[in-house]
Amino acid sequence: MSTHAIRRWERFTPEQRFLRFAFYFISVAAIVFSIKNIEVIPEFLYDAPEQLADFFQRMWPMDTAYYQKSVHAALIETLNIATLGTLLSLTMSIPVGIMAARNVVPIKPLNMLAQLILVSSRSVNTLVWALLFIAIFGPGAMAGTMAIAFRSIGFVGKLLGEALEEANRGPIDALTATGAPPTSVFLKGYWPQVMPSFVSIALFRWDINVRESAVLGLVGAGGIGMAMDTAMNLFRWDQVAVVLSTIFVVVIIAEIAVSAIRRRII
Amino acid sequence: MNPLDRSIQIRGLTKEYKKGVPVLKGIDLDIPGDGITAIIGPSGTGKSTLIRCINRLIDPTAGQILFQGQDLAKLSGVPLREARRRIGMVFQEYNLVERLTVMENVLTGRLGYVSAFRAWLRKFPQDDIDEAFALLDAVGLGNFVNQRADGLSGGQRQRVGIARAIMQRPEILLADEPTSSLDPKTSVEIMEIMAEMAGTRNIPIIVNIHNVALAKRFCQRMIGMTGGKVVFNGSPAELTDDHLKEIYGGEDWLE
Repeated sequence: MSTHAIRRWERFTPEQRFLRFAFYFISVAAIVFSIKNIEVIPEFLYDAPEQLADFFQRMWPMDTAYYQKSVHAALIETLNIATLGTLLSLTMSIPVGIMAARNVVPIKPLNMLAQLILVSSRSVNTLVWALLFIAIFGPGAMAGTMAIAFRSIGFVGKLLGEALEEANRGPIDALTATGAPPTSVFLKGYWPQVMPSFVSIALFRWDINVRESAVLGLVGAGGIGMAMDTAMNLFRWDQVAVVLSTIFVVVIIAEIAVSAIRRRII
Repeated sequence: MNPLDRSIQIRGLTKEYKKGVPVLKGIDLDIPGDGITAIIGPSGTGKSTLIRCINRLIDPTAGQILFQGQDLAKLSGVPLREARRRIGMVFQEYNLVERLTVMENVLTGRLGYVSAFRAWLRKFPQDDIDEAFALLDAVGLGNFVNQRADGLSGGQRQRVGIARAIMQRPEILLADEPTSSLDPKTSVEIMEIMAEMAGTRNIPIIVNIHNVALAKRFCQRMIGMTGGKVVFNGSPAELTDDHLKEIYGGEDWLE
C-alpha cells in the first residue's frame, strides 16, 4: 500500500547547468572575438595555397651541399648548447624543485620563494633570455647555453617539485620512524620514488632544448638557427629546407633515444 | 631510572586533528616492558593515532608519554631522532621503498646511525650488512637479497618490514595493524616471526590488531579502546564477550 514518490535524478543542478552553458557561450564568444581581432586580410588568405606551393617549389631541390658547408658545424654547436644548457639547469633546478615541494620542505616562505624563482624562469621566453645574455656575454654559444639553462629551471623545477609532492607518504613515515636525519629520508625515501620521473623530465627538457636552441641563432645566440637566418636573409629557400630537414631528423632521433632510455629506467 | 626498563607510561594523552574534536580523550595507560601488548578496538577509534604518538609520527595535542625517564611527547630535533632510533615500527602497508632492493630496505633501519653521505654511497658498516643478512635468513628471505621490493608478495614485504624494524636494534617495537592486509595463514606466520624476533631480543611489542582471536593467541596483555578511551586493560583470559560488546558495540557479530 506504500506509495513511492517518484525519485527524480539529474546530474547537474540548475545553477550548474547555467554555469556550464555560460562557460560554453563565453568560449565561443571569445573565439569569435579573437578572429575579428586578428584582422585576417581575406586577399592574403585566398592566395595562401598558391604561396605555399610556390614556397615548396623554391625549397626543392634542396641544396644538399650546404649541409657540409655550414649546417653540420652549426648542428654540433646546437646539440652542445642544448646538452650543456640542460645539465646546467638540472644542477640549479634540483635545489629549487626540492624547496618548492611543500611536503619535503614544510616552510611556507621557502616554498613561496621557490615558486617565485620557478615562475620568473618560465615567464621569460628562451629568446628573451638569449637577448639578455647576449647583452652580458656577447653573441654566441655562451649566451645560448645560459638562455637554455635559465628557461629550463622553471620547467624542470616545477615538475620535480610536483613529483616530490606526489611521493607516497608511507616509506617516508617508515624512514622517519627509524630516526633517520632529513637528508637521509630524502635520499632513501623521496629520491628513489621520484628518480624515474626526474630522468623523464630531464630527457624531455633536453628534447625541447634541442628544438629551442635551433631558433636561438635567429637572435645571434649561436647554433643551427644562425645558418637558417643567413639562408633566409639571402632568400636561399633551398638552403633553409636543408636546415629544416636537419632539425626534423635530429628531433626524431632525439625522440627515439629519449623513449628508449625512459623505458629502461622505470 | 633503570635503563633496562622498557615500559611506557602514558598520561593524559590527547590528540585533536580538528580543534575541539579529540580523537584521543586523555588516555592514561601503562604498557609493560615485556611481552606483546595488543590494542583492539573499532576502526577510527584512535588506535593508530595512539601508536603513532609514541614515535611522534603524529604530534600529540596534550599529555605525556614517558619512556626511560624521557617524555617522548616533548622531544624535537636531534633528541627526537635519537629516541626514534630506539623505537622500531612495522606498518600495515609495509611502507617499503618500492624501487630499492630487499637488502637496501633492511639497511634503511640503520639510517639513524649511518651518516647521510655514507647512506648515499651505500657504504654501510660491515656489522650492519652481516646483521641484515642474518635477519633476512631468519625471516626466510635469504634468497631475495637483491630483488626489488616491488616484486615481493604481501607476506614477503611484511617480513622485510619486520627485518628493517629489528635492524634498528630497537628497545621497543610498534606494529600498526601488521596483518590487516594479509591472508589468515600469512597473518599467523607474520605474528609468529614478530613474536619470535622480539622474544629472543627482549623487545616488548605494542600491536594494533583487528583480529581478536589472533590477538588472544599471541598477546600477554590486551587493551580495548573505544571512542578515544581505554575501556579494557587486562590479560587475554580476562577479556569476555561483555568486554567485546563494550569495545565494538552490538553483539550480532559475536559467534
